[in-house]
Amino acid sequence: MEFALSAELERELDAIIARYPNRMAACIPALHLCQRANGDWVSPAVVDYVAKRLDLPAAHVEGLVTFYSLFNQERPGEHQVWVCRTLSCALRGADTLLAHCEKKLGVKVGGTTGDRRVTLRTAECLASCGTAPMIQVDQEYHENLTIAELDRILDRLLYED
Amino acid sequence: MINRTSYLTRSFDVPEGYLLAAYERSGGYRSAQRALGMPREIIVDQVKKAHLRGRGGAGFDCGVKWSFMPKDDARPHYLVVNADEGEPGTFKDRAIMEKNPHAVIEGALIAAHAMGAHTVYIYVRDELHMAKARLEAAIAEARALGYVGERPFGRPWAIQVFVHSGAGAYICGEETALLNSLEGRRGEPRLKPPFPAQCGAFGDPTTVNNLETIAIIPTVIELGGDAFSRLSALHDFNDGGVRLFGVSGHVQRPGLYECAVGLTLRELIYDLGGGVLGDRKLLAVIPGGSSCPVLRADEMVHVLGDPRFAPYDGKSVLDLPLGVDTLRTIGGMLGTCCAIVLSDAADPVLALATLMHFYRHESCGQCTPCREGCGWIERILDKLVAGRASMEELDRLTEIASDITGNTICAFGDGAAQPVLSFVRKFRREFEDYVLTGGRSQTRTLVA
Ligand SMILES: Cc1cc2nc3c(=O)[nH]c(=O)nc-3n(C[C@H](O)[C@H](O)[C@H](O)COP(=O)(O)O)c2cc1C
Ligand code: SF4
Ligand code: FES
Repeated sequence: MEFALSAELERELDAIIARYPNRMAACIPALHLCQRANGDWVSPAVVDYVAKRLDLPAAHVEGLVTFYSLFNQERPGEHQVWVCRTLSCALRGADTLLAHCEKKLGVKVGGTTGDRRVTLRTAECLASCGTAPMIQVDQEYHENLTIAELDRILDRLLYED
Repeated sequence: MINRTSYLTRSFDVPEGYLLAAYERSGGYRSAQRALGMPREIIVDQVKKAHLRGRGGAGFDCGVKWSFMPKDDARPHYLVVNADEGEPGTFKDRAIMEKNPHAVIEGALIAAHAMGAHTVYIYVRDELHMAKARLEAAIAEARALGYVGERPFGRPWAIQVFVHSGAGAYICGEETALLNSLEGRRGEPRLKPPFPAQCGAFGDPTTVNNLETIAIIPTVIELGGDAFSRLSALHDFNDGGVRLFGVSGHVQRPGLYECAVGLTLRELIYDLGGGVLGDRKLLAVIPGGSSCPVLRADEMVHVLGDPRFAPYDGKSVLDLPLGVDTLRTIGGMLGTCCAIVLSDAADPVLALATLMHFYRHESCGQCTPCREGCGWIERILDKLVAGRASMEELDRLTEIASDITGNTICAFGDGAAQPVLSFVRKFRREFEDYVLTGGRSQTRTLVA
């Protein structure tokens, strides 16, 4: 499958490229932009597209995709839930939150629900330790979480549009 | 006595305090306006007098770092602001970006001018979407008024400020890994020398500063370097000014508190943090991000031959003012100044296992001792927690960690070794219990 950006996103990418003294520096921002435009994952077609657009070897772009954990090499569910499991959150009950997510979603960490609505992940410290425990849902933080609140959040993800 | 201040945090509780109008109402951008009319050397001199120790973890003197930038060098110069905030336990830079983004931009303008840079990149961790949005909006506001752009405050020295997003890798907080990442490469640390001031971003002179270091610069200019330094209880230790103190884990009121440098852990945990959660006893504190050695609550300060330490000698480590050199002298580390508190409900063995999972996951893999060592440590700890490790394996933990120390390209290796070395030594009995009882003797929980 070919991949292409809309004219508007092409202009956005041009503006990003202009911020740097060379094209390679635009590679990570370009991957972010394309990943978003591609339903949240970097397909082989996206890699080819970014490589051509920035005049880089595809292997270089591939190397970035495998190094950085936030480039998805497979299409995730419609929503992504990250449970912070690092120490400050662990001291405030992250394990319980994670177990609750696994049970309610019926998947293990890394898995996606059968209806492809939610992918469950763990995160390392998300700079929110003073409001632990916390999870990130897509781009949003939910802090000082209780199980009841977590339940409501997961319900929304699972059953509402 | 606690000396709470509100230079960085005054906008935090103001509705829409992140907007330019609110920032200017409380005096914002006046320091930049003044500083951009001053010769470079004068600004660097003020920052040196401020004894501003880098807020990113290593505590290097900011003014001294700036003075390493070449003066008569035709190459482009860069300022790179490190907002990759990923050190476990640390949550201060995110708060500044979300609640006071204009302080970052004003500080960046002053710093860029002082170092002869036309371009500033703020490297923000990708997950911090709200922080990035607030910074972008603030840059747009500042650009609309001409503060950022071709002629900031009418001066013929263009300064552009850009937000650059990371993509999920703790190691990119290390400054040379960050530069590789900024250049569009894998975030693998570089060998030093050359140092960034000679050969940094795109091979050109570059200074990397932590975001909080940059955000406090307008205050340094506003007060003057010496007056800023004297706000600190550790002025005599060349550790000046005010900073954000974070506290998380087992305290009643976790959060961020801006105070003069020199606050004690007792003040942070009991007065500001409201004491230990659930009426438990304090077991231990990791003072500033997980890469710092853990301190036991019952540790004492013993420093001979330095008269500045006389008031603290023989006292609890909880009463030692928190500073870069005070903690270094007792064999600890201040790091990011965001403390993680463990009550006696927490099992130190599980705490270390949780941390070492992080380090194994985040090692970039370039150096064998770090890549393999972090993996071995994690596996031994897993066995220990499962009650299947031997005494020899327990001792191997210390050996492996010692072999990592000093044998790697970047300081991640030392950062991974420190928790192991300190936890195993200071909680030897708890670790041995896991071996002797097959893992059955502990509370086996982390939650208070
Ligand atoms: C593994 C590792 C991770 C680091 N992460 C960060 C970080 O997230 N933010 C930061 O400002 N500094 C981080 N540092 C420190 C930087 O390398 C650098 O010292 C700092 O940004 C310099 O700024 P300062 O002098 O203003 O403190 C890290 C260092 C190491 C070794
Ligand atoms: S010490 Fe670890 S993180 Fe640092 S360069 Fe070596 S392998 Fe990478
Ligand atoms: S440990 Fe979870 S946000 Fe820091």
